Amino acid sequence: MSATITEKILARASGNKSVKPGENIWTNADILLTHDVCGPGTIEIFKDKFGSNTRVWNEDKVVIIPDHYIFTADKKAHRNVDILRTFAKEQSLPHYYDVGTPAYKGVCHLALPQEGHVRPGEVIFGTDSHTCTHGALGAFATGIGNTDAAFVMGTGKLLLKVPETIRFQLNGSKPDYITGKDIILRIIGDIGVDGATYCAMEFQGEAIASLDIEERMTICNMAIEAGAKNGIIEPDQKTLDYVKARTNKPFTPVYSDKNAPVAKHYDYDVSTFVPCVAEPHLPSNYAPAKDRSKVKLDRAYIGSCTGGKLADFIMAAKILKGRKVKIDTFLVPATAEVAEGLLTNTIENKSLLEIFAEAGCKDIAPPSCAACLGGPEDTFGRTHGNEVVISTTNRNFINRMGSKHASIYLASPLTAAASAITGYITDPRDFM
Amino acid sequence: MTKNDNDIITGKAYVLGDNIDTDIIIPAQYLTLIPGIPEEYKKLGSYALSGLPDNFPRFVEEGRNESEFNVIIAGKNFGCGSSREHAPVCLGAAGVRAVVAESYARIFFRNAVATGELYPLESTQCLCEQFKTGENVQINIQSGQITNLSSGQIFDLKSLGAVAPVIKSGGLFAYAKNEKMI
Ligand code: SF4
Repeated sequence: MSATITEKILARASGNKSVKPGENIWTNADILLTHDVCGPGTIEIFKDKFGSNTRVWNEDKVVIIPDHYIFTADKKAHRNVDILRTFAKEQSLPHYYDVGTPAYKGVCHLALPQEGHVRPGEVIFGTDSHTCTHGALGAFATGIGNTDAAFVMGTGKLLLKVPETIRFQLNGSKPDYITGKDIILRIIGDIGVDGATYCAMEFQGEAIASLDIEERMTICNMAIEAGAKNGIIEPDQKTLDYVKARTNKPFTPVYSDKNAPVAKHYDYDVSTFVPCVAEPHLPSNYAPAKDRSKVKLDRAYIGSCTGGKLADFIMAAKILKGRKVKIDTFLVPATAEVAEGLLTNTIENKSLLEIFAEAGCKDIAPPSCAACLGGPEDTFGRTHGNEVVISTTNRNFINRMGSKHASIYLASPLTAAASAITGYITDPRDFM
Repeated sequence: MTKNDNDIITGKAYVLGDNIDTDIIIPAQYLTLIPGIPEEYKKLGSYALSGLPDNFPRFVEEGRNESEFNVIIAGKNFGCGSSREHAPVCLGAAGVRAVVAESYARIFFRNAVATGELYPLESTQCLCEQFKTGENVQINIQSGQITNLSSGQIFDLKSLGAVAPVIKSGGLFAYAKNEKMI
C-alpha cells in the first residue's frame, strides 16, 4: 500500500507495517527537545508524576537548549535556566547547551539541526510549536505541551493521531527575489491560519529542490502558522550532505510513494510569485510588498528561528551593501554558528558584519529568541509602544513582539532590508 | 474527586471571536512563571487573557487572580500559535471551566486535555452572536448542550469522544493511572 513520508515515519516509529490517517498510535520518540520557557514546567511535572529520583527514558535523546529569555535581568528567567542546569546535571544529560559557557548555542530550532540532532526518518517531539521546522530534513517533528513532554521524558513515547497529508507541489524555477518566506506566506495567505489544522503539510517540486536547507527550514517552520501538525520535505542529496556533516549517527531516510493518496493537493508556479508581507495581526494577511509601499515603518528586525539564519543575513547583506538604513534596524543571529558566519562570510571582501555596521544597523545582539516573542521588558528589540515593525519572524499576533499597540509586518530578509533603506515597505526588486 | 467531576457547569460567559492566539491568552513576559509552583499558578490566573486589545472588558479584575467569567465562548481556531501549556493553565487558574469554540488549534486542544485544566468543547455553529459577555450560561457535559440562561436558547455541542474520560479524570497522568497504564 502506498504511503506518504509522514505515514511511513510514523509506521516505523510505532512498530506498525503501515498506518492510516486518523489512527491513534503509540509513537516512539528519537529526540525530545525542550528550552528555558517550557523545560522547567516539564521537569516539574516529570518529577511530580514519575518521582524525583526517576531517570529520563534515554539521556542521549533528551536535548535541552536554553534560548528564549537569556540576555535579561529578569530573576525568574535566570531561575528557570538554573532549573535546567540542575536537572541536566542530576540526569547526566550529554546534550545540554548551557548559558554563559562555550556550549551555549542560541535558538533551539536552528541549534538542533546544526548540532546533528535532526536526522531524516526520525521522530522529534519538542515543547515548542515551531518544532515543525525539522521536517525540512525529512523528519517527523511536532510541538507538544509540558504534560505530554513530561510523559515522553519518562516513557519515550506518546499517543499520536496520524495526520492526513496536504501536498504542496511547488513547480517552476524560483526567481532570486523570491525566498522561502515569500513561498510560505503565500501558501498561508491562500489556505488561512487554520487551513492545515491537524494535517501534515508536505512540500515538494522543482522550486523546493532548488532551495538550500536553511530556506527549506523557513518553510517548514511556519507550517504551524497554518495550524499543521508537521511540515515535511523529502530528503535529497542536499539533506544528506547537511546531516552527515553534523552527525555520525546512522539513520534511514524515508520517502513518499509517488501515488500515495493525500487529503488535498495544491499546485503552484513559483516563477509567478512576488515578494510579499503578512499584515498585522495574522500570518495569513498576505499582501504583495509593492502594494503596501505607503506603509511607513519605525523599525526593521531580522532574527529568529525562521529569519535569523546565515542564509537570511546573507540575503539582507546583499541588499544593504553600500546603502544606509533609514530606520532602527535590529539584527539577532539565531545561533552562535550564525554569529560566527557573520564574521567569516564576505561579499566583495567585506564581512557581513562590516556591511551591516556601514549601513547603520544597530550593534548585533548575541544569539537568542530576543524580541521574536516580546519577552521580559529589557529584551533587545522588544516593542514598548505603537511601533510599526517589518520583521523576518514568524508571528505578527497582537502582543507578539512585546507591545499590544505595535503593528508587525512579516517579510523575507530581502524585503525587510529593502524596507529598512527606504523606511517604507519596499519590494526588494527596487534594489536588485 | 477532581474539579471536572461535575457534569453541569454554570456561570458567566465571556465572548471572544476567531483566532484567539496564545499571545493574547498569556503574553510572553509571563512565561517565566512555572505552572507547577502553586503561587506561580495563581499568578498565571491573574494574567489570563491580558493580551486582549484595550476595547475588551478586563477578564480578571486588577488585584485578583480569578475571573468572574468561567465559560469562554469563541469562534474558529481558538488557542492558535505557541505550544505554551501556560495558555490552558492560566485560564484554568483564573477559574475557567470550559471554552466553547467553533474549532481549536491542535496543540491548545491537546494541552487542555492533557492538563485537565478545562473542557475544550466544540459548538456545532458559531455562538459568538448568541451570547453576550456577562450572560449566565449552563453547560451539560453529559447531554452535550449549552444553554443561554438569559435568552433560554439551547445549543448543541459536538461530542468530546475519546478525550472526555481523560479530562474528567483530571488530565493525562491521572487518566493513565486510573487505567493502570503507568
Ligand atoms: S525564535 Fe521566536 S519562534 Fe523561534 S523558538 Fe524563539 S521565540 Fe519561538
